[in-house]
Amino acid sequence: MIENALAGNRKYWLWISALLVLIVMGGLFYLRQLTYGLGVTGLSRDVTWGLYISQFTFFVGVAASAVMVVLPYYLHDYKQFGKITILGELLAVAAVTMCMLFIFVDMGQPARVMNVLLHPTPHSMMFWDMVSLSGYLLLNGVVAFTTLSSERKGVATPHWVKPFIYLSIPWAVSIHTVTAFLYSGLSARPFWMTAVLAPRFLASAFASGPALLILLILVLRRTTGYDPGAAALSKLKTIMTYAATISVFFVLMELFTAFYSGIPEHREHFEFLYVGLDGQTGLVPWMWVSTILMVAALSMLYSTRVRVGNQVLAASCVCIFISLWIEKGMGLIVGGLVPSTLGSVAKYQPTMPEWGIVIGIWAIGSLMVTVFYKITVGVRSIS
Amino acid sequence: MTITRKQFLMFAAASLAGAAGAKVVSGAEVVRQIGKNDGKRWAMAVDFQKCRWDQGCTQCSAACNRTHNVPDIPNKAQEVKWIWKEKYQTVFRQESEVVNPALTSHPLSLLCNHCSKPACTKVCPTGATWKREEDGVVMMDWHRCIGCRYCMAACPYGSRSFNFVDPRPYVANVNPEFPTRTRGVVEKCNFCEERLAKGQMPVCVENCSERALTFGDQNDANSDIRRLLASRYAIQRQPELGTGPAIYYLI
Repeated sequence: MIENALAGNRKYWLWISALLVLIVMGGLFYLRQLTYGLGVTGLSRDVTWGLYISQFTFFVGVAASAVMVVLPYYLHDYKQFGKITILGELLAVAAVTMCMLFIFVDMGQPARVMNVLLHPTPHSMMFWDMVSLSGYLLLNGVVAFTTLSSERKGVATPHWVKPFIYLSIPWAVSIHTVTAFLYSGLSARPFWMTAVLAPRFLASAFASGPALLILLILVLRRTTGYDPGAAALSKLKTIMTYAATISVFFVLMELFTAFYSGIPEHREHFEFLYVGLDGQTGLVPWMWVSTILMVAALSMLYSTRVRVGNQVLAASCVCIFISLWIEKGMGLIVGGLVPSTLGSVAKYQPTMPEWGIVIGIWAIGSLMVTVFYKITVGVRSIS
Repeated sequence: MTITRKQFLMFAAASLAGAAGAKVVSGAEVVRQIGKNDGKRWAMAVDFQKCRWDQGCTQCSAACNRTHNVPDIPNKAQEVKWIWKEKYQTVFRQESEVVNPALTSHPLSLLCNHCSKPACTKVCPTGATWKREEDGVVMMDWHRCIGCRYCMAACPYGSRSFNFVDPRPYVANVNPEFPTRTRGVVEKCNFCEERLAKGQMPVCVENCSERALTFGDQNDANSDIRRLLASRYAIQRQPELGTGPAIYYLI
């Protein structure tokens, strides 16, 4: 199977080489962090989590969103998803791997990571997050691998895989729920301690994940001719549109509760994000870009006048993806930590090594997706 | 017998998974030490009126820093603090400034609250921080901490610090009696558990010439701290969170 990824045209190899260069660059920045400490980042006493954890949170959503193609295909026998279900599962494998890497690079003592297994602590949500993420990686890996290798041999997918597929559906919901519980169980952080956080995470995941999947499918179609069909794309678009709408609704709920109650500990986080607090306005432009992009995307998607052709679809997917990347990434993490428990409004700006490491991990994810999809297209074009 | 590439790769993956599994099993065998509760509960009372933070006194924090090799990190955003001072409005955020200006203009000592239901120990994914059942001290194992900083996100009091860089170059005179820390781990006030073990008072209490800090067993009705808490009005930081802080501020 892997041989499919080892043959490609000039453009394919250029792309792979570019990704490898970025991965090496990220690795070098990580070496710097490893020898000096997390002091190379913009993190501080007050903003203890930043870019890494925000990327982790966002990509757990991307991983969980595979359920939006797996569920219709396997539970509702929605045949049009036949060509994209495997793409969703493989995207999940890449996204979970990225999440694990983001957690890993955030650790002060990465060499001790096995302590999480050596001293299991069921009272910590981080322990459960590790369990759910590695389980999800395993499930999707096994399902995707078995499906593809059966196709390659031209035989039916073995029956023993079915339970794993069905299990992966609630499991997908669980990974994002547990990730929300990391935050929503903390009495110290009113911005996170909201019961709507897990539902909001799922809604935004089911918008950002399909948005990325649609974009990947459009790229795949252009570069390889692999066409899952207009019906599949259209269904994905519908899922993304409704999920994004629900996500916006949940954010509005948060805003109402914070501002109508007027409790400073709840209100100040949103003020910091959208108008700035104590002269700190670092995230304000980002949050408004996120808002505008979301409004633009939903206007395009709901408009009856604009025919949603592929270009408009691609544009709205880009808007939704970037919008949620900001809101659920830096907005959620930094917004939750500022103001601090002592009320101080700290400045946080990711440093160059931080961005370098993050770009390196994105490149690893992209490389995985590229290789996985290349194999898939290769296998499917023969069978 | 020939081995295909795929078989080889699958075998390698299975071996890796097996090795990881073996780790989990041996981890489960680790016996957790659960101390017996003999009824002690260390607590501290901070007397605003005696404390001279407002006049630039730093006896308690200087003694603590010296004793515990607390580094003096030049980058204030990444500072390490065990006991330090903050404005009244920072410590009690929603209190009004007008009720008693003599009181509210006074800076206050901040340190780990050694909560009876700590928010930080609950979230630790490795058990590197825990409440010692026999006397309520919230402990830390700097050799087990993986530096995920989840405890810092969970602590409602900002009592925890992280070593963003190697702290050793920033410890002026190393006290050989107490360990220094490595980069990448969290630390905080340990209520001088190393001194309590020898029957001594915490070093901050001992070094306060104004006797503004009172330390003792709050479960002992005849202790100094209980007498003080019975005779003076005392407040805790955010007791409504259910954490049960053991630091009392006498007003």
